[in-house]
Amino acid sequence: MINGKTLHVSISPHLRTTKTTRSVMLDVIIALCPALIASGIIFGLRALVLTAVSVIACVVFEYAMRKILGRSNTLGDLSAVVTGILIAFNCPSGLPVWMVIVGDAVAIIIVKQCFGGIGQNFVNPAIAGRIFMLLSFGQMSKWTAPMAGFMNLTKVEALTGATPLAVAEGEALPSLTDMLLGIRGGCLGETCIVALVLGGLYLVVRKVITPVIPCVYIGTVAVIMLIAGKGDFNHVAYQVLSGGLVLGAVFMATDYTTSPISTKGKVIYAIGCGLITSLIRIFGSLPEGVSYSIILMNIATPLIERITTPKPFGTPKKEKKAKEETA
Amino acid sequence: MAKLPGGVLTAVKQVRGGVKVAHHKNTADCEVIRIDTPKSVTIPMQMNIGAPCEPVVKVGDEVAVGQLIGDTDKFVSAPIHATVSGKVTAISDIKMPQGNMAKAVTIESDGEMRLWEGIKAPEINSREDFIKAVRASGLVGLGGAGFPTHVKLSFPPDKGIDTLVINAAECEPYITVDYRECIDNSWDILSAVYMIKDMFGFKKVVIAVEDNKPEALKILKRIADDREDVNDEVKVMVLKSKYPQGAEKMMVQSATGRKVPPGKLPADVGCVVMNVASVAFISRYIKTGKPLVSRSLTIDGSAIKEPKNVRVPIGTNIGEIIDFCGGFSKDPCKLIMGGPMMGVAIVGTDFPVLKQNNAILAFAEDDAILKKETDCIRCGSCASACPLSLTPTNIVRAVKAKDPAALNRMGAMVCMECGSCAFSCPAGKPLVQYMRLAKTILREEAAKK
Repeated sequence: MINGKTLHVSISPHLRTTKTTRSVMLDVIIALCPALIASGIIFGLRALVLTAVSVIACVVFEYAMRKILGRSNTLGDLSAVVTGILIAFNCPSGLPVWMVIVGDAVAIIIVKQCFGGIGQNFVNPAIAGRIFMLLSFGQMSKWTAPMAGFMNLTKVEALTGATPLAVAEGEALPSLTDMLLGIRGGCLGETCIVALVLGGLYLVVRKVITPVIPCVYIGTVAVIMLIAGKGDFNHVAYQVLSGGLVLGAVFMATDYTTSPISTKGKVIYAIGCGLITSLIRIFGSLPEGVSYSIILMNIATPLIERITTPKPFGTPKKEKKAKEETA
Repeated sequence: MAKLPGGVLTAVKQVRGGVKVAHHKNTADCEVIRIDTPKSVTIPMQMNIGAPCEPVVKVGDEVAVGQLIGDTDKFVSAPIHATVSGKVTAISDIKMPQGNMAKAVTIESDGEMRLWEGIKAPEINSREDFIKAVRASGLVGLGGAGFPTHVKLSFPPDKGIDTLVINAAECEPYITVDYRECIDNSWDILSAVYMIKDMFGFKKVVIAVEDNKPEALKILKRIADDREDVNDEVKVMVLKSKYPQGAEKMMVQSATGRKVPPGKLPADVGCVVMNVASVAFISRYIKTGKPLVSRSLTIDGSAIKEPKNVRVPIGTNIGEIIDFCGGFSKDPCKLIMGGPMMGVAIVGTDFPVLKQNNAILAFAEDDAILKKETDCIRCGSCASACPLSLTPTNIVRAVKAKDPAALNRMGAMVCMECGSCAFSCPAGKPLVQYMRLAKTILREEAAKK
């Protein structure tokens, strides 16, 4: 007590970083903005409307679930907003609005809140939401044609076209420049590679993520495709730029909660993602494998952690081996 | 070993992790000034790691500065001396900053600061004499831990200990007393360094300073170069300013590249680490025989009117020292004994200064209230900040599950509570608290067996 005021007593350290969960999520939202703007230009107003609906739905579900479960309100951490944007980014812009709301419900209510909220989900909620929609709605694979006019709100469902991954032999592929800029059919947030890379660089510079997972993931796919395509670099370029690979590698596979913490673990995790993605693309009956590969590696994360957590400082080498064997 | 053009060493092996903390070395230019003689001092009988002392004086005894007032025959301990001249008025149990109780001797000062007539410079002819003298001086590590110095030096000559590391890193924000020691008493430091080196046969001496103290580096290097030293075995090493460079294990790693294994001491990898102020004190003690009765403190923080570096008799009431620094400029919201990263928050000013205190910081409300705790997002900031390669977020889960086997596997006992993890946590988790809980669980488990 000094001057009648009680002193604060707390455990050391008495200094803390200014970084908060909210500031981290805000950085992710900022990093998603270039791709959001690009989607508006490429797929028109409908892309923006779908994203806005998805964000609002996620926020409402999060608020309601926390209320029903009698937990504290966590809207302030902005994680629901990030999930909302990512789910919309994984939908074709022509998707009926109610369908994306179903995806949001699966992500927030079941995958996130039923497992205890932020930091407790065992798979990435946005990916789970997307996979649910993919399995439930045929419209998830009906791609909207790019550059069909900004105000084109009505005729969207008629304008379907194949993505480069699903193009049959002999059909014309978009040029590589168009691939980089995102002038192609696809989910609304995944097409503009330039915008996604820009967002990824922002996250790395702000130290929100390390470049390990995106680089190793995309690198693994590139190497496997190079071997599978018998050294055809054009094939590699299309494989890397098409589908949701860059979006998945930069924004979805790097989710803190569902990826390993140590660098060694991140490398194994990212190689696993790349391997499964490539195998699905080469041998699977599905055109795309990014979501499935990430969700499978999410599930494998606790196992990866178990073998890759670094040993405490100064642990002798011999003991290290003995410990690994018993673990 | 890398060599800079000026002959200054750099770290053999960089320390992993750590955090960048604002330095706030506001008092770097403040020379250490002696405070007015306190009216009374309360000297606790427990001011070191190890066994507490028993008072050897009675209420009513007249004592003089430097007279023995507390001692024990236990090895890991250091004797305690009167820090003012006057009369013993009480021997009672007092509350210590950490909340435990300890016996303490209260001496009412006669204001004369009369030196005890029994003080004489120790006679040193062998390393045993030297160790005995260091013990008699009452010296404990002045950097904050309070480990009795003579214990560090009591290693058998054939143990293969070859490196002496002098810790002048002072990586805690705000604190500048070690820096002042380097600037003001550099000759004391160097003469003690050579004395210890010759006495104990160290092959290499590394004086480690962080690169945010170029003045200290320059002065220490100049003196080290001046001295005739045939094999050039005393070197100054510059470290990147990063918290916790000054931690003992980190010091050993930077200076030699060796890693102290879990549960071991620097001596097990051939090193002895000593704080720069402790070394300077040894030099003065050998010359004068005056035991450890006072120490330097940094008084700083947003609620202190005139931040200063002060020299105070051990046992001086903190409130008196703050009054000497002009009192509070704003209502204090938090008082810390020690640095902001590892110091102890105290509940009031009614505590005595201990041998191992190096700062008293007072913060106003804006700087005192920590951010709200939210859910862990498993971002891994704590794991990348940990200089000892632990994964605090996993340890928290094991603490909640009360799982001693998992805690053991994760090496929770290795934690030195530097606070880098909690500092960098975006969710504001009190991770050091969890680490202490983890250690309690492990100790209880060990006691069961």
